[in-house]
Amino acid sequence: MSRQSLAKAHQKIQELSWEPQYHEPYMKYGTDYTFRKAAKKDPLKQVLRSYFPMQEEKDHRVYGASDGAIRGNMFRQVQERWLEWQKLFLSIIPLPEVSAARSMPMLFHVVPNPELHNGQAIQMIDEVRHSTIQQNLKRLYMNNYIDPAGFNNSLRNFHSDYCGTIGRQFAEGFITGDAITAASIYLTIVAETAFTNTLFVAMPAEAAANGDYLLPTVFHSVQSDESRHISNGYATLLMALSDEDNRQLLERDLRYAWWNNHRVVDAAIGTFIEYGTKDRRKDRESYAEMWRRWIYDDYYRSYLVPLEKYGLVIPHDLIEESWKQIWEKGYVHEVAQFFCTGWLANYWRMDGMTDTDFEWFEYKYPGWYDKYGAWWENYNRLATPNGHNPIVFEDVDYVYPARCWTCMVPCLVREDMVMADIDGVTRTYCHEVCRWTDVEAFRPTYQGRETPNMGRLVGHREWETLYHGWNWADVVTDMGFVRDDGKTMTAQPHLDLNPKKMWTLDHLRRCPPLQSPNVLINGLDAAGKAAFQADYNRQGPAGRPAPASA
Amino acid sequence: MTTAQRPERSVPKPQFTDAEAGAQEFPDSGASARRYNYYKPAKRKQTHYEDVTVDVQPDPRHYLAQGWIYGFADGSRGYPLTWTKLKAWGVDKPEPENGVGTGNNHVEEWPAHGWHEFRDPNEEWEMTFYRYNANVVRQTTQNVENARQAKAFDNWTANWKTFVERNVGAWMHIEHILGLYVFAAINRSCPTNMHNTAMVVNSMHKIRFAQDLALYNLTLSEEIEGFDGTAHLDAWNNDAEWQGIRKVVEALTAVDDDWGEMAFATNVVFEPLLGELFRSNLVQQAAAGNGDFVTPTVIGAGEYDYSQRDLRWTQACFGPLTQDKEFAAYNKELMQGWLSKWVPRCLEAARAMQPLWSQPDAKPPRFEDALDRAKSRFAGIVTELGLEPPKELSQ
Repeated sequence: MSRQSLAKAHQKIQELSWEPQYHEPYMKYGTDYTFRKAAKKDPLKQVLRSYFPMQEEKDHRVYGASDGAIRGNMFRQVQERWLEWQKLFLSIIPLPEVSAARSMPMLFHVVPNPELHNGQAIQMIDEVRHSTIQQNLKRLYMNNYIDPAGFNNSLRNFHSDYCGTIGRQFAEGFITGDAITAASIYLTIVAETAFTNTLFVAMPAEAAANGDYLLPTVFHSVQSDESRHISNGYATLLMALSDEDNRQLLERDLRYAWWNNHRVVDAAIGTFIEYGTKDRRKDRESYAEMWRRWIYDDYYRSYLVPLEKYGLVIPHDLIEESWKQIWEKGYVHEVAQFFCTGWLANYWRMDGMTDTDFEWFEYKYPGWYDKYGAWWENYNRLATPNGHNPIVFEDVDYVYPARCWTCMVPCLVREDMVMADIDGVTRTYCHEVCRWTDVEAFRPTYQGRETPNMGRLVGHREWETLYHGWNWADVVTDMGFVRDDGKTMTAQPHLDLNPKKMWTLDHLRRCPPLQSPNVLINGLDAAGKAAFQADYNRQGPAGRPAPASA
Repeated sequence: MTTAQRPERSVPKPQFTDAEAGAQEFPDSGASARRYNYYKPAKRKQTHYEDVTVDVQPDPRHYLAQGWIYGFADGSRGYPLTWTKLKAWGVDKPEPENGVGTGNNHVEEWPAHGWHEFRDPNEEWEMTFYRYNANVVRQTTQNVENARQAKAFDNWTANWKTFVERNVGAWMHIEHILGLYVFAAINRSCPTNMHNTAMVVNSMHKIRFAQDLALYNLTLSEEIEGFDGTAHLDAWNNDAEWQGIRKVVEALTAVDDDWGEMAFATNVVFEPLLGELFRSNLVQQAAAGNGDFVTPTVIGAGEYDYSQRDLRWTQACFGPLTQDKEFAAYNKELMQGWLSKWVPRCLEAARAMQPLWSQPDAKPPRFEDALDRAKSRFAGIVTELGLEPPKELSQ
């Protein structure tokens, strides 16, 4: 390789920085932030002469390990419970990655510092790497794992179902709306700096414990790029902080981005790690313990808090509230229970919990069994078709939840659910912060200030609306979650691949029609809506109906 | 005598699960289920490239039941097809209107519009672009290192040193601007994952080539006494020969909200008329006569990027639009308009560069001959795309 030192080479390429002389580049993407030209340095200090061979070497290791996994019959020891949840994760994640690639030029347009653009361009290349290497990993699973269903139609599934839609915030949120809100605060400052720790470090460790060493191989390689992206976000943040006018927007965006990441990532990754594993050693960290280490200590206390001295208003209250949601209000357990309640609307097999799992949960989360134990026993009892309907239709002390309009995860911590009327439609929110996000933050004015570049929350945000009144067999057929015999469902509430134990469209045909909570709520008058909310807030934990009034 | 027992470590225990392909028979266990079944390959067999790129990004016409969930302030969402004036068949058909009880409502006949037919003939994805670019930087570094060891720069004629210092140096800025502010910029705007992957790859070629030139310049300033490593900045900022082409390059970044025009004007018009004119028809022709066997190897790597790779995706992207079953005439008229707009600008800039042909001690073939070759190459590209060379070419 070159004799020139990296520092010298990096200094040289700064001579490429461009100051337009005849035409300014077309400014397609706007921001309400203001930036003064500031002499911030490119934090990546990456030169393509060394970058490409470095990445190629990382690739060699990844693909070498992939070959090794197949030759070493890794799939003879992979836990199906684990790999089934990867059908969801690996259908979601390639889109956020490539969206991150798409988001980088939005920053070129609004951050007037050509030196930073170099780091952003490298990040753009990295993100295309991540998207395609993850698609490739999924392809390998599809080819070698016992059950390819769900991997083989993953992108149709991802685009169709509500889990995919929840995950899609982690993509569209990077590339739409105010360029700094999207590509800097939401993507690099919060998603990459805080939550990739659980996504790309904690989760792969759990994969390895479940016999899958390919996920760690790929995702640790990805994470070695992410750690560089973090410094891109930091440099932009410091530039934003140098302008007093940005502080109100930074406060808004940190609150939105933090809370949305918590709602979405903790829901998904928390479920994978706690309910997708077979490793029940008492000394292995729970998701709550990992969260405390990776997010509370490493991100909040070591990264975010020191920025206070530069004038950043840290959402201390939301960080504590997120922890409370995980530790006291059982957020992850509620989400996992909901996923499994709705197994028939998805495209992977969801294993039930056993006595060994119960014991571990009770050890890690004292009081877990009293809240969730009976429901999981019912889940196992109702797992294979035997004259009954799927669990969502059976009397198991569970009220199907309303969906949060903002984060699109259902309102599972029932006491926190709030409602608002927007444009003549009643919306439900899982928490006051999600209401604030929709009603106050994503608006053209914020606290009296014009915010013309802020994005909008749009689309059909309650999945159930689209299928209101449909027979479930038709719902599943419409989404395409059916196996190649034309009748066996892709999803199952157990891992038994004996066709006699598997649910089919015929079983669904006899079930009651799908009902949209949001459509039903909007059919109520004002008094009915108030009564609905009052009852809802008294429900739970574990989705239990409100106790009968005295 | 007893042996001290080592306490058992707490580590996950491997278990035999027999979860490998073929271990059981059940619906979807067969070989036919082991392929991505949600897209139609361009040819008979699905390619690895298609598997890792196609349909990663959704389209509301396909399976996107709940639609886009974030919007810009002006109401636009996702990757609007109106972010270029070009049209591919089917784009004017409305997106499905979903609502209460509509279901997914996706378009049965897929693709629903022509943009989804695009495949990069280079089949670029992460494995290919790292291998390709790593090979290029390795070879380039070795070429320069070999020349350094052989003291090859001592053989350069006096004026050639100045030529490389100022003019080869100035070219780095063009590659950098096109890489970052044309191709990286439009990777947000184009309609499918196959397009934006191609844009990113084109972008990385250009950024890499710009850096290759910058680092070559650094080596020369270390190896050649009196070589001014900052002279390229003066040339780029002040030399009359460079101001015309600089105007064109900056104008390419300023195209008003049309990723199609930016990519087309750069790779169909600018590159053959100015890029290859300078690289292949000046530097490559003049270097040997002036004792330089190194610079052509650095320039040649960038030339290969364009002529063998970037031009290929460009042809595969824009060519079908002139044959489009619905919008062929419309697209041709639009692209002809772009040719009429950009060709005169490029020719004016080319003529402003003419004095460069006189600067080396050993002269390259005449400027007029070089320009004729560039025009001829351009006319060939345009014809292959199904367009007419514009009348402005004869200016």
